[in-house]
Amino acid sequence: MIRTLPCSPLYITGYRIYIALFYIFLIMPLVTICVLAFNDSTFIALPWNGFSLDWFFANTDERLGLFQDTDLMLSVWTSLKTGFFVALFSTIVGTIAALLFEEEQFRLKGLLYFLALAPLVIPGVVLGISILLSSTYAGTYVEDNFGINLAFLAPSFWLVVIGQFSFGATYVMLLVGARLKKFDRVLAEAALSLRATRLEVIWLITIPFLRPAIIGAFIVAFLISFSNFNTTIFLIGSDPTLPVDLYSRIKFSSTPVLNAVSFLIVTFITFSAVISFVINRKKA
Amino acid sequence: MKKRSGTFYLLMVPVLLWLVVLIVIPHLDMFFRSFRFENDDGLMVFSLNNYLSFFEDKIYWLTFVQTALYSIGVTFLAFVVTFPVAFYLTKVIAKKYSSFMVLLLLIPIWIGELVTIYGWMILLSDNGVINNFLIQIGLINTPIEMLYTNFSMTIGLLYMSMLFMIVPMMSALESLDDSLIEAASDLGASKWTIFRQIIIPYTTPGIASGGIIVFMLVIGDYVAPNILGGKSSLWFTEQIYNKFLATFNWNEGAAFGFLLLLLSSSIIWLALKLTGQKLEKVGS
Repeated sequence: MIRTLPCSPLYITGYRIYIALFYIFLIMPLVTICVLAFNDSTFIALPWNGFSLDWFFANTDERLGLFQDTDLMLSVWTSLKTGFFVALFSTIVGTIAALLFEEEQFRLKGLLYFLALAPLVIPGVVLGISILLSSTYAGTYVEDNFGINLAFLAPSFWLVVIGQFSFGATYVMLLVGARLKKFDRVLAEAALSLRATRLEVIWLITIPFLRPAIIGAFIVAFLISFSNFNTTIFLIGSDPTLPVDLYSRIKFSSTPVLNAVSFLIVTFITFSAVISFVINRKKA
Repeated sequence: MKKRSGTFYLLMVPVLLWLVVLIVIPHLDMFFRSFRFENDDGLMVFSLNNYLSFFEDKIYWLTFVQTALYSIGVTFLAFVVTFPVAFYLTKVIAKKYSSFMVLLLLIPIWIGELVTIYGWMILLSDNGVINNFLIQIGLINTPIEMLYTNFSMTIGLLYMSMLFMIVPMMSALESLDDSLIEAASDLGASKWTIFRQIIIPYTTPGIASGGIIVFMLVIGDYVAPNILGGKSSLWFTEQIYNKFLATFNWNEGAAFGFLLLLLSSSIIWLALKLTGQKLEKVGS
């Protein structure tokens, strides 16, 4: 059953086959996309018509490759920008929240912590519509009463950033908070007794200690933003993010260019995962 | 009460802004909006009509019930499918291989739902990989209709959510001391007894927090039911989506959003009660 206990060969073989099947199930859709990205065909699925790079580079009436498709490249760019700002704001506020909940005592702390965790259990769709409702309401209110048009309150790039930030900060808070639990308070107390202010302690001791977690949380927040669809769809303005663009193409006009862009995402993620794995292994 | 330092407020203000402006106010707003209704004179009045239309129209509450039952079913399925994998990776396989296999589990998560669901669409379609394979080996003559059915939707929901269950279950299993299992085995307990009496009770916290995350992702999902589901694969998020982006009846959409939030949080609350867990634990 476990490493140290002997088992019947049948049980072990059966278990191994199950694990192998599970991993095949896991990898199958990814491998399929990657292979079909190079199919010389105008259909997204089989049959295989031979190898071609058309869906990356071609620019003909029938075939518009990924790097020639300005709309697609623009939505990639929008997603990268969104991801960067979401990660930036989430990291700042999430780290502050981790410091607040781990190090300070105050009234209603339990309630506030509950609210900070709430985005984990609120469906993304609900977060999206509630922010859409209240921001458009606030937008019309400001416009009617003060005559100022605040563009970011209508569905737009910045509203997407705001919406994704609202749950991105929760993930950062959890990741940074987990590392903060391992922080040796003696360091902070020593600094305080040497007349450092509370802010100096945070800036010079706690934050450097948290740096690996903060960088990790930034990357996680970026990836969460980059792949989000459920919340984003309600807040999107005239420039779609990549998932929204992919969705509408899948629904209405699928060409193998979808395979090509998916291939790039799959290879990029796999490559970065393997690199981080190798780096972590060297450190350990 | 002792006087607060400036640092405290420096930490408190951004967190309060985040939670009040982006979590509390939007959801309260959504709640109040759900009671607003345009009467025959074109005036906005307080009314229960938005909720009444939910109960009067069979399709709405049928979808609601189907979504709830399906989500519970998929969560259970995710547990059954992934528990052996989590156990294998923590207790069976040699440690030096397990970290690489865990890394493989994370890749589909970071690639994002839209790309992986698209991959399944290609796999399951009539001229997709699976049908082609089955025809090639002579098992079938004409393609089996797999795409746009409840089957394909279930595969998609399972695929995009199940991996989130493995990590919490693995961390629970890691803290389970092998000697407990060894002792039980020495005393003559069968595998099934060990599984039921030791492993399951010990990993309940991990199963509960993983299950809650999976349930949340499934019930709030839009992409898998919409892209892979068929005519009968009704999903409640699709109704919300239609209210907001197709018929523009935002007040009724707000009522639907609130119902979804109520449904998901009451089922999660029930799951927490039944397993004696706290929401704080789910986050970690």
